[in-house]
Amino acid sequence: MNLLGIQRQMARAVMTPLTPSERMRSVAPGGRCLRAVATKIIKPNDRLTSFERLEIYNRQYWFRVLSGFAEDFPGLRAVLGTRVFDKVAQAYLRDCPSRSFTMRNIGSQLQAWLNKHPAFAKSKQKLALDMVRLEWAEINAFDGKRDTPLTPEDLAQADPAKLRLRLQPYLTLLDLRYPVDDLLLEVRKNSAEVSVASNAFSERHKTKRVTAVARMKPSPIFLAVHRLGEEVYFRRLEREEFAILSLLRGGKSLNAAIEFGLRKSATPLDARPLLVQKWFQTWSTLGWFCPWTKSSAKS
Amino acid sequence: MPANTFNGYTDYGIGIGLRVPHYQHILTRKPVVDWFEIISENFMIDGGRPLRILDEILDQYKVVQHGVSMYFGSAQRADREHLRRLKTLVQRTKTPWLSDHLCWGSVDGRYTHDLLPMPYTFEAARLTAQKIREVRDFLEIPIAVENVSSYAEFHVSEMTEWEFLNEVVERADCGILLDVNNIYVSSQNHSFDPFAYVNSVPAARVAQIHIAGHSKYRKYILDTHDHPVIDPVWKLYARAIERTGHTATLLEWDDSIPAFDEVHDEALKANKFLSSASLATAV
Repeated sequence: MNLLGIQRQMARAVMTPLTPSERMRSVAPGGRCLRAVATKIIKPNDRLTSFERLEIYNRQYWFRVLSGFAEDFPGLRAVLGTRVFDKVAQAYLRDCPSRSFTMRNIGSQLQAWLNKHPAFAKSKQKLALDMVRLEWAEINAFDGKRDTPLTPEDLAQADPAKLRLRLQPYLTLLDLRYPVDDLLLEVRKNSAEVSVASNAFSERHKTKRVTAVARMKPSPIFLAVHRLGEEVYFRRLEREEFAILSLLRGGKSLNAAIEFGLRKSATPLDARPLLVQKWFQTWSTLGWFCPWTKSSAKS
Repeated sequence: MPANTFNGYTDYGIGIGLRVPHYQHILTRKPVVDWFEIISENFMIDGGRPLRILDEILDQYKVVQHGVSMYFGSAQRADREHLRRLKTLVQRTKTPWLSDHLCWGSVDGRYTHDLLPMPYTFEAARLTAQKIREVRDFLEIPIAVENVSSYAEFHVSEMTEWEFLNEVVERADCGILLDVNNIYVSSQNHSFDPFAYVNSVPAARVAQIHIAGHSKYRKYILDTHDHPVIDPVWKLYARAIERTGHTATLLEWDDSIPAFDEVHDEALKANKFLSSASLATAV
């Protein structure tokens, strides 16, 4: 067998899900006999069989990817509960193994996957999807690209009928059905407190608190997930703010974005100019705008 | 070897791996450390805090890049996006040499994020060496390949691990990052004499040495980097230094990471052996 053949056989075995007791399966879900694969490619030694030696890698693989996944999605765990979360993690990683050199991207397909598999989250599907979108946006905000921002002065000098703006790559705009930002902050607070206090009562109490927030009712919000300095922030937006920013990201000119963005607004006409001016002042102070380029149009 | 073509003619002393729990200590107390080794993949990103921290470290310390996912031994071509990002980081850090493992970990675009062992065949040596050359030509810096700990051996192997290492580095004309802990772990798992391994490595190609701790289980040893270095590994280190001379040495501690000073003190134990090597050279 050549190198590629060995690597394909071994990778397939290593990425096969473990048994419920976290051991390697003798037979993979598709019917492939892993014991035979191990015997064919791996030498036994005086202490371990071929199967046991291959099993070390099989277990290491799953422990590593599951722990990386859990680290990236603590909010989803709070929403689903540990038992369902673990099932989701295993099924997702089985269907969508990492296709990137970095573990950072391990959850990149989760939203799409969860959309196709509503049976896991059941009644919490929409809440779970909101949380996944937020947690992925947070990863992007943490280490996403920051381009040189335009200043408020740059904006003041431009012709608003022609001006098009690009938003920072690290900035994600989210329209959410649930206030999952509150829940995620609660989860983080909870885990930080648990890490300093090992008192069992205190842990149970805080877990209950998170569970209560996870049972929240729909209450749509608009959110910008962004970075200031090196810290990630969630900034609640008005519906109109969200619309204008989304239209700008979509390539509309400044004038067009404002016009379309405010079309359904309940804000009185005479109050709008001041409001829009305030929003733009804030966004540009936060450094969200970058110069429009030809590549922005393509993307 | 001190200052050779494979480590960019540098003469670094004893370093430790740059790890998140130590950031604050390093940036606020500015301890005297010869050099830091960074995991390249942690900084192959577009922005944010990791790069800001890296820049602060680069302002004050010597940094060498160590990768975990180039997978020189994977049978398929290197990922272009990975190479592009790696080159951007190399230009940022100005690392005098770059190391990664003599292993594989991805196939058909799927990544295991593990350091999987090679079958020691001539075909594998040829393909691996070819990839090392391609990566070196693209990055334009010296490359050193690190021997990994392993828990399995293949029926198809045609040579020992050290013969395979030698075959690869000769074909690729590259350096070696000699991990004496990995040699010890594999020697226990595969029942070979670790000194036979250390004695057979071409000393002139050793760019750097790794030391680390590991975890012993009933039937095998796992390379966990979560303990101090044990005596048998120090003995291997001493023998390696005897052969290579005063060589850049790095302690890896990646799990259950203790306070900075404890990690640094453990690394500095290597001084005892490096001093002997310097004396021997002087004589």
